[in-house]
Amino acid sequence: MASLDDLKKRISSVKSTQKITKAMKMVAAAKLRRAQESAEKGRPYSDKMNNIILNLSNGISDIENAPKLLSGTGEDKVHLCVVMTSDRGLCGGFNTNIIKKAKQYFQKVLDEGKNLKIITVGTKGYDQLKRLYGDNIIERISFKDSKNVNYFDADKVGKIVIEKFEKKEFDVCTIFYNQFKNVITQIPQEQQIIPLNTSEKDENSSEDNYEFEPEEDEILSNLLPKNISTQIFKAMLENSASEQGSRMSAMDNATRNAGEMVDKLTIEYNRSRQAAITKELIEIISGAESL
Amino acid sequence: MSEEYSLEIVNPEKSFLLKDDVTEVVVPAYEGEIGILKDHISIISFLKPGIIKVFSKSGDDSYYVNDGIIEFKNNNLSILTSLILNLKDIDKGKISEIQKSAEEELGNSEISDQEKYLLDQKIEVLKSMN
Repeated sequence: MASLDDLKKRISSVKSTQKITKAMKMVAAAKLRRAQESAEKGRPYSDKMNNIILNLSNGISDIENAPKLLSGTGEDKVHLCVVMTSDRGLCGGFNTNIIKKAKQYFQKVLDEGKNLKIITVGTKGYDQLKRLYGDNIIERISFKDSKNVNYFDADKVGKIVIEKFEKKEFDVCTIFYNQFKNVITQIPQEQQIIPLNTSEKDENSSEDNYEFEPEEDEILSNLLPKNISTQIFKAMLENSASEQGSRMSAMDNATRNAGEMVDKLTIEYNRSRQAAITKELIEIISGAESL
Repeated sequence: MSEEYSLEIVNPEKSFLLKDDVTEVVVPAYEGEIGILKDHISIISFLKPGIIKVFSKSGDDSYYVNDGIIEFKNNNLSILTSLILNLKDIDKGKISEIQKSAEEELGNSEISDQEKYLLDQKIEVLKSMN
């Protein structure tokens, strides 16, 4: 059995760990509120963008000559996956859930005999994928230095994706991120961004005849790259809210577990203290008796 | 009959402006400025760097935009832009900062004619603001 001193040390170490997890929970809660706010504020932009593109693509008569970003290359050989994870750990199952989802998809792609390319956003995703899929990772991006999620970071990722598409390096692009539902639930998502999925028709998209300036195709070919950045930005916002939510609940659990552990250790400490006292008493008494 | 319609300006970070008593908006569209009044035909267009002028019952405002898309439908005007600044509370330092980076980009010889045109526009607008 551990000595009294050891127990004392362990109790105090668990207590200080508890203090840290408690502080992290508080910080995550504060950040979560901000992240959630900006995720909500960012929604109108991406929704509007989606709407306009839907209206536009409905109006296109000549599907054959539609921009490649909308209709795809016509092939399905090389898949590009953008896996978006966090830069920091200690956030529960957040990263693991995305990776799990992504790995399923990777396996499917590879089983079908197709080519797989991966871009990781965030260092944690790279760490988890490099062992199994190290050869498939063509790019790793991290925004460790930017404090808040901002559009320009998303734009950078978007530009890389588009550049690779124009060089015909892939046919289909899918992004992986966690959608924020509430503090305890985050749903890992896969979303195909190239070619754009226009099957989900919006009831608002009327057959209104729009006036276009400049020409329709020119608008589309300008708008589609922007849409990709916007979708990535949306994913980043959702991700950051999810990350904080996940960290908050993970730290909450950790704090509770530490509390339980302190209770258990304290009981053990008291028991052994009493045992020691009793032992000493017995020694004294039996010593006195033998005289 | 009232001559007002509603305007919404959004940037990626938030919904920037929401007004429903707008009488006229002048936007720097790709092929020239467009003034939009009530019951304009549905239109989708691009913006080049320039000034958006908003005339409304509750006061007039001007904004600088970097780029954007506008959509007008059923007397709702939506403007989507990545960078928008209110001319009232813009400071000179910020303007020259944007101008400088635009000039630097213009110095890059690898850009296309279209980008060059947009950058020229941008610098011109920014100069006129200073």
